[in-house]
Amino acid sequence: MPDTPQSPYAIYQSHLDKGELAYQWSPEAGKAVFYPRVVCPFSGSTNLEWRVASGLGTVYATTVTHPFQAGEPYNIALIDIDEGFRMMGRVEAIDPMAVKIGMRVKFRTHPATEKQPAYPVFTPVGG
Amino acid sequence: MSDLKRGGAAIIGAAESDLGVVADGYNVIDLMAQGIARAAEDAGIKVRDIDGIFCATTQSRTSGLNLAEYLGMSPKYIDSTIIGGSSFMFHVGHAMAALQLGLCDVAAIAYGSTQRSIGRQNASVREINPYETPYRPFLPSSAYALAASRHMHVYGTTREQMAAVAVAARQWALMNPKAWEKKPLTVEEVLGARMISYPFTVRDICLVTDGGGAIIMTTADRAKSLKKPPVYVLGQGEYISHANISSMPDLTVTGALPSGKQAYAMAGLAAKDIDVFELYDAFTINTILFLEDLGVCPKGEGGRFVDGGTIAPGGKLPVNTNGGGLSYCHPGMYGLFLLIEAVRQLRGECGERQVKGAETAIAHGNGGVLSSQSTVILGTAATL
Repeated sequence: MPDTPQSPYAIYQSHLDKGELAYQWSPEAGKAVFYPRVVCPFSGSTNLEWRVASGLGTVYATTVTHPFQAGEPYNIALIDIDEGFRMMGRVEAIDPMAVKIGMRVKFRTHPATEKQPAYPVFTPVGG
Repeated sequence: MSDLKRGGAAIIGAAESDLGVVADGYNVIDLMAQGIARAAEDAGIKVRDIDGIFCATTQSRTSGLNLAEYLGMSPKYIDSTIIGGSSFMFHVGHAMAALQLGLCDVAAIAYGSTQRSIGRQNASVREINPYETPYRPFLPSSAYALAASRHMHVYGTTREQMAAVAVAARQWALMNPKAWEKKPLTVEEVLGARMISYPFTVRDICLVTDGGGAIIMTTADRAKSLKKPPVYVLGQGEYISHANISSMPDLTVTGALPSGKQAYAMAGLAAKDIDVFELYDAFTINTILFLEDLGVCPKGEGGRFVDGGTIAPGGKLPVNTNGGGLSYCHPGMYGLFLLIEAVRQLRGECGERQVKGAETAIAHGNGGVLSSQSTVILGTAATL
């Protein structure tokens, strides 16, 4: 049995598997921490609490990447989550070029496949 | 690095290895060694005079070991810090420190890449990041495109303004016999080229070439008695702000701001005192960001600044006079080539593209996804 039974990533993923977007909270820094890690990047403390985000956020930056061979262009965005952290994501259910900075979005999970565990994606709020 | 001595070290030799597409069978250490041999010849020293090795490449995990063995030397000092394309500007600072402390006497900074010959995916193996990889970012392009989207949103920067960067680079490249691109380029051609990651077409993005090279540094005292006029390191600064684009604090402000401040403070100079700017243009937005962060124009004004030929040949400010990563060469990690061009400009060796009377130059390196920044200010003996 290892000293710590679960890695930060494994805990994060187990939340995603339940349809939750988890992040860490650093009491010392009074700040949200993302991506999940062992040491707080603001304070150096190893005291990090797990929390579940509301899943609401705002598009901070956006691009549309065009595959070299087959396949449709797809969105890649940075999302500022309301709880105070930023993450990469994809805004779906909308033309990728219609994704705009400042747009309100809501988290959902992209279902797991054999090769890729469930991961967070976003849809426009009210869309 | 505030204790580095202004003008305490100098670049005495600079050379590219073969560029573009190298002959079959060349490896990255061959190209480093070729660059070192040519830079030593340029400096008027022997390869065996070198006792400090600084190098980086994505194609050899222990490049310092391999290069030292290849050259048949046990270096007195070795540093293969690798933090992306700016590694070589960091090496300049580290070499300067080593020279100042007497840890070595003659330092070679070298690079090599065969990414065009073997394919980018083989030259720079993709690293898996569970918080980014599922979104299939085409890295580094998608990351820089995100930064561009932010600059466009906040400051109204346009695709046409970014295209002006590529056009200016091409105009300079047409005066550089070693440049990969040989034909003129228009703003319309940039905008109409194949879209890669909006707002970037393939013409907003650096070339994929092979290549390498080296510069050689020594103390100011030793540098005086050599073949060519020394090019002194007047200032150097460096800053690391993040590794992955999702962790960059503000996508419109880069670490060039603090690295530039450090370098200017050490040099006792300001942006207005710099005659030539060599800025790491992996993407058209880079040149705009670095002009702002290095104090050439106010934050947000970079797009308007470059519009209308300001940085093109004959414009107000010479920028990327070799044609840049956009049109001259870009073998994966480009920083060294900015230093080489800055040295040549300060020696007056640039022929048709020579900036008349250039006494000071900045070579600014960028690495990762705007992650690592380092500014080197160089000057002629007149600036000491």
